Amino acid sequence: MLDNTTMTMLFEGTIDTLYMTFVSTIFAYIFAFPIGIALVVTKKDGLRPMGLFNKILDVTVNMGRSIPFLILLIAVIPLTKLIAGKSYGSTATIVPLVIAATPFIARLIESSLQEVDNGVIEAAQSMGASLSTIVFKVLVPEAKTSLIVGGTIAIGTILGYSAMAGVVGGGGLGDIAIQYGYYRYQKEIMLITVILLVILVQILQSIGMKIARKTDKRVI
Amino acid sequence: MGTTPLIKLVDLEKKYISQNNAVTALSGINLDIIKGDIFGIIGMSGAGKSTLVRCINFLEKPTGGTVIIGNKDLSLLSDKELRNVRQDIGMIFQQFNLLMQRNVEDNICFPLEISGMSKSEGKNRASELLELVGLSDKIKSYPSQLSGGQKQRVAIARALATNPDILLCDEATSALDPTTTRSILGLLKDINKKLGITIIIITHEMAVVEEICNQVAIIDNGRLAETGKVEEVFSKPKTDAAKKLVYHSSNAVNEMTGKRCIRIVFDGKSSFEPVIANMVLECRAQVNILFADTRDINGQAFGQMVLQLPEDEIISDKIIHYLKSKNVNVEELVDYVG
Repeated sequence: MLDNTTMTMLFEGTIDTLYMTFVSTIFAYIFAFPIGIALVVTKKDGLRPMGLFNKILDVTVNMGRSIPFLILLIAVIPLTKLIAGKSYGSTATIVPLVIAATPFIARLIESSLQEVDNGVIEAAQSMGASLSTIVFKVLVPEAKTSLIVGGTIAIGTILGYSAMAGVVGGGGLGDIAIQYGYYRYQKEIMLITVILLVILVQILQSIGMKIARKTDKRVI
Repeated sequence: MGTTPLIKLVDLEKKYISQNNAVTALSGINLDIIKGDIFGIIGMSGAGKSTLVRCINFLEKPTGGTVIIGNKDLSLLSDKELRNVRQDIGMIFQQFNLLMQRNVEDNICFPLEISGMSKSEGKNRASELLELVGLSDKIKSYPSQLSGGQKQRVAIARALATNPDILLCDEATSALDPTTTRSILGLLKDINKKLGITIIIITHEMAVVEEICNQVAIIDNGRLAETGKVEEVFSKPKTDAAKKLVYHSSNAVNEMTGKRCIRIVFDGKSSFEPVIANMVLECRAQVNILFADTRDINGQAFGQMVLQLPEDEIISDKIIHYLKSKNVNVEELVDYVG
């Protein structure tokens, strides 16, 4: 039953899944980084307190996070069509994935940056560091380990979301699981795709944690 | 005398205003700090000394009064100008506050990056400074691989990187053991001599001030209780806050209550004479040393002792008379309980 066509299909599905996951993660980080930094910097006791702006950003991020992914997936179809030209396939799925992941990643970044010791920030201020120097030479590098761990969590979550997009023909392993395993009762294919997804998450997780450990200079 | 102060605190006030109450952390602080001084600011915890040191470089903006450094009134500066002034004021902290993800060299280069120095120049300066603080072999180590004392040395090197005129030390030795504290204080003294840098030391430990400061200010409840030369303030404390700090360090000796006790102060003059031994021989009377804290400061013996006198009024009067004749500062203590 695992003939060549099926093998090819599973292989391409894996590639598609990885493609969606990585491209979405990259785009989501591009949007989430400034939001995460803004959340930290404009807090009441932050480096540039801006109460109202912070509140609005905070609520917006929460709203983004509370919409179930499946609903979002369908709700943004018009936007997906506008950006990707169509609403199905792996490239189109990147649009809802980025929208769903951005607020989540912004929160991860926020919490990582907040772990940085206030004393170190104060030391930088005492040296006459500007806001951008503090953000990019103190906050981000000092939070490096935590940011990498957060990135690992984010990739795992986005990979899970990408599989969910299979419901609307999102491409990748999730799509195969639904098309063959669920609609056509091919339990073996469903099982194999699930196993492949589990393996992918495992690999990404251990690579991420390894990088985090390797680059952390706080432990001897 | 007559030197214009490098740092002038003028009527400094800091209030923290929250929704329903205002807490006054500092008020009416007027201080002049002369170039080249090692100036100690001492007070109990919560007295406001950490706030005070943060006001000097405007990490905390005072709510009243101002700080004048050189000829610059910090309250009139723009953010950018203030950042420039801060580059001339080094600061070290109780918890060292090194960048944990950067090695020693890169930590020292950090303030130089801020000041816009090139990377190679920065590296040269870093190795120069590491030599000064005696840590040349740790240039590529990370802070997590260093001991507390070594971390503070790196922090000192980092604070000196931009050749500042002023070094602020916020409880810089409070997280260190006594031996390391001494070596760090020794280093600060050394730097003060070599570079002529003005050092301001915030501490709650008398010993630190005695060890290296020439001037001291006592902060109590957000106010300046007393200020002056270390020898003067510590040998003749005038205010309650100062007395509390100067006398506090002894242990309770309750069973001695009710008997005559005196406090004698060594202010450097009588250092080479064995005063107590001579007194015992001369008066042929025994005294009980209840408390003694004497040490060598800048080559002079300095400190204090509390003596319990014999019950015999005549003999104890004789002792007091003897000590006074030897130019020792004697003060009778009423109900001394330690």
